[in-house]
Amino acid sequence: MTAATTVTPVVQGIDLVKTFGRVVALDGMNFELYSGEVLAVVGDNGAGKSTLIKCFSGAQSPDAGEMFINGEHAEFKSTSEARRHGVETVFQTLAVSPALDIASNLYLGREVRKPGFVGKVFRTLDKKRMRSESSAHLKNLGISTLQNITQAVETLSGGQRQAVAVARAAAFGSQVIILDEPTAALGVNESARVLKMIQDLRDRGLSVILISHNMPQVFEVANRIHVARLGKRAAVVTPQTASMNDVVAIMTGAMTVPEEEQQLAPAP
Amino acid sequence: MANGLRVTITHPSKGHHMTHRLTRGRLVAAVAVTGALSVTLAACSSSTTSDATSSAAAAATSAAAVASSAAASAAPASSAAAGGGGPVAVSLITKDSTNPFFVAMQAGAKEAAAASGVDLTVGSGKEEGDDAGQIELIENAIAQGQAGILITPMSVNVNDAIKKARDAGLYVIALDTPTDPPDAVDITFATDNCLAGEAIGQWAAGKLGGEKATIAQLVIFNDRVVSVDYCRANGFLKGMGIEVPTLEDMAGSATTGKYTTGKGGDYEIVCLEATGANEAGGKTGMENCLAKNPDINVVYTINEPTAFGAVSALEAAGKKIGEDVYVVSVDGGLAGVEGVKAGQIQATSQQYPLKMAALGVEAIKTIADGGAPPTNTSANGQFFDTGVTLCTEDPQDTVTAAPQETAQYCIDNAWG
Amino acid sequence: MSSPSTTVDLAEEFMERRTPLQRIQGILHKYPYLSPLIVLLVCVVVFYLLNDRFLLPQNLSFVTQQTVVVGTLAIAQTLVILTAGIDLSIGAAATLAQMMMANLAVFATASNVLPFAGQNPYLAIVAGIGVGVLTGVVNGLLIVRLNLPPFIVTLGTLSIFTALTLIFFKARTIQNKEMPDPMKWLGNTFHIGDFQLLYGVVVMIIMYAVFGYILKNTAWGLHVYAVGDDPNAAELSGISTKRVIFSVYVVSGLIIGIAAWLTIGRVGSASPNPDPLLNLDTITAVVIGGTSLFGGRGTLLGTLIGALIITVVQNGLSLAGLDQAYRVLAVGILVIAAVAIDQWIRKVKA
Repeated sequence: MTAATTVTPVVQGIDLVKTFGRVVALDGMNFELYSGEVLAVVGDNGAGKSTLIKCFSGAQSPDAGEMFINGEHAEFKSTSEARRHGVETVFQTLAVSPALDIASNLYLGREVRKPGFVGKVFRTLDKKRMRSESSAHLKNLGISTLQNITQAVETLSGGQRQAVAVARAAAFGSQVIILDEPTAALGVNESARVLKMIQDLRDRGLSVILISHNMPQVFEVANRIHVARLGKRAAVVTPQTASMNDVVAIMTGAMTVPEEEQQLAPAP
Repeated sequence: MANGLRVTITHPSKGHHMTHRLTRGRLVAAVAVTGALSVTLAACSSSTTSDATSSAAAAATSAAAVASSAAASAAPASSAAAGGGGPVAVSLITKDSTNPFFVAMQAGAKEAAAASGVDLTVGSGKEEGDDAGQIELIENAIAQGQAGILITPMSVNVNDAIKKARDAGLYVIALDTPTDPPDAVDITFATDNCLAGEAIGQWAAGKLGGEKATIAQLVIFNDRVVSVDYCRANGFLKGMGIEVPTLEDMAGSATTGKYTTGKGGDYEIVCLEATGANEAGGKTGMENCLAKNPDINVVYTINEPTAFGAVSALEAAGKKIGEDVYVVSVDGGLAGVEGVKAGQIQATSQQYPLKMAALGVEAIKTIADGGAPPTNTSANGQFFDTGVTLCTEDPQDTVTAAPQETAQYCIDNAWG
Repeated sequence: MSSPSTTVDLAEEFMERRTPLQRIQGILHKYPYLSPLIVLLVCVVVFYLLNDRFLLPQNLSFVTQQTVVVGTLAIAQTLVILTAGIDLSIGAAATLAQMMMANLAVFATASNVLPFAGQNPYLAIVAGIGVGVLTGVVNGLLIVRLNLPPFIVTLGTLSIFTALTLIFFKARTIQNKEMPDPMKWLGNTFHIGDFQLLYGVVVMIIMYAVFGYILKNTAWGLHVYAVGDDPNAAELSGISTKRVIFSVYVVSGLIIGIAAWLTIGRVGSASPNPDPLLNLDTITAVVIGGTSLFGGRGTLLGTLIGALIITVVQNGLSLAGLDQAYRVLAVGILVIAAVAIDQWIRKVKA
């Protein structure tokens, strides 16, 4: 890691505010994600972490505050707009279509048509290309699928579905992947595989935002930990500078960390 | 309204007809929603009915009281032209409001009502088989304290409601279809459907002149017992001189044997197809019959739309209508008798629904004004016969059940 | 890191031993039209044994001709049901389109109620199909803009379309002899040996092929499945679910318009009274054909087979001289069986 405080964050949010009626979900939240890191976002229920993530993924837009992608001002009206800026999200529901096959799911919403006349006039999809490229993407991620790229997603196990969703997020030249509780529905073995996949993503140079309740997992894969509390950023710590108990204490307000002791940017 | 007549159109239910009927039945008439809506919508533009509760109380006493009560309660709404003690109120309840036969009946009743100053309420079931709709309309008529009801009874299921009406002093006339038993109503104004069937059966036997009859029967239902259906179909067989063991059972006759009318000869009944009494059903039914036996040479159809459907299937199969095969029917609607003239239908028994309804309205008006009730005129003394004519361009000596007339005569006398 | 393996092997679970029943479940999952196909074949064999005239070319031509109206409308119903919707107004919309077509084309006669009637029949056909599309636009807008369930919307438009038919065209049937020939063109047949093929049947088969292709091989087709399968997932995947749903109703309106023309061809006349069973028959064809009422899975091939089953049962019982009530019984059993099988194959696990 070579990032220093002078490096531009990949994703940045400044004083984000979002209210739902009288409920204040984000109350001046600041946020920075730097290149090539896994940033965990933790917080109690209602701390604002899922709203924060929805703002960056395009599912919601903030009432006030500014968002920057690679230092450039950004406003997302839909998930596809966020996607065009290189921000991909794996929602907790995975957002896969169970009845469609793996390749169709990977390309859902950005299908590739056959070149030339057939594609233009008959709008025929290039299924062959989508299948072979899907295979390649999965292999790239270290997921060997052998023959079954045409298998319907609903016939896959939870971990396999998660893998498909992650592969989709990573497949299209994205630079940021947001993972919302990726292991919540998984068993021990499958969770371990997903964590391994997250580390692989980082090793390939992508930046990852990981929302999780599971402290041991957070401490296992995260470079830095963004602790949200009452719609604000309470602190940013690292697994090296803080213990799990510290993080829980910050979440609940039992402990505060002076700004100079926080890790607002990755250590050089 | 210009003539001072208050015509109220009501409908038993404004709800949807979503029942999945236990048949493929597609009555011309049968279209639930269609019928329901047409009348419901019409109701929006007409005046509302008279005060139900007050007249219902009066209804319990006597016919005379009922009539005057109805008149009294109706008076405020019915403008000045009614005169005297206010108009006599009568309900016409048909099976549906889309079948041209019933549409003609309604037109006849409205005309007669206008002429004699009767306050007519027109309503119908949603489709063939909608007993509940008719019962509701009968109850409404009682509640309004009307003088009488003209009804084409759907089935025996409406008998109890009719009895209630008669007990409340309403004079009930069955139109077109007799009730079962016939004395459930005060009197029946009808075409003899059995006789209508017999006439075309006699015609067919005469036309065959001893040739083997290979018969297709296209009826409304084959899983429900409806009197029009069995009376016409079995009347037809009877007319040919084929034994019919039970009048109500359309499938009761032997499928092969000898017919005796005219020169007599062998016969074979190939099929008894449910058509719903419309063109599409007639075509499909005829196709199924031809699939069973392509040598069919006599086709009985429940009504003319069915006959036209059958003709279309027969022509598609390369049959020459009137030469290879004779198509006979019942009803005598304008399009139907024009079909006789054009040679598509060889013979059809014409009925007179307009006359039926008009006579009915006048009869109730007469009774309410203190006159004598009508008496039965039919051959069997069971109903007031409004007559049948056999329309054909090729009269046969064998026909005794009805007078035979040319297609042109029938066109001049046709309804709708 | 205590990672159990360096790769997630999707294939490893496929290697597990599966019972024969699970294998059948898997096959049906992949080819949902197999079970209706088997039912159809069984019906054909049984009816042939009951009456050997069943398989005569003449009767087979009747069966195909009798399938044409329900079969074509069932394409529209399949598209709608694939999005987890339902169209109860399909019969009423087809009748409205058909009556518009017929009344426009027929020269002003006693039975015509349109003041601007007597148009060029080809123009009338196009206008009638246009009315079909319009019914789809109305349904689609109500569902997408007002966010109402399709069941409620089409229950309402069922009445509205029926009422419009009666208001505009009264209860008048346009007779066969009044109808100009181009209107009935689809009712012509040509012969393949003794087999009579209705032009309308050819049109129906072409439509199945075209829409089968669209569903399978275009992005729009995939999106129809995705929207019916899981609308939230589709939306999050960047698909505009509202646009897809709206377009499905418009396309189904187009199919309904064409079906209206087919109906005139098949029957020769135009009656304002739709077959009261038409809606249910299309839904039945779709469901028997293996398309899930919950959306997202099913094939047009299955629907075609489903529509054929309905006709074959009807025709076969008639030829066998059996009461038509058995047809209703058989269809009832098939519908329940089809939904049960759908539920079962949904639970498939690799």
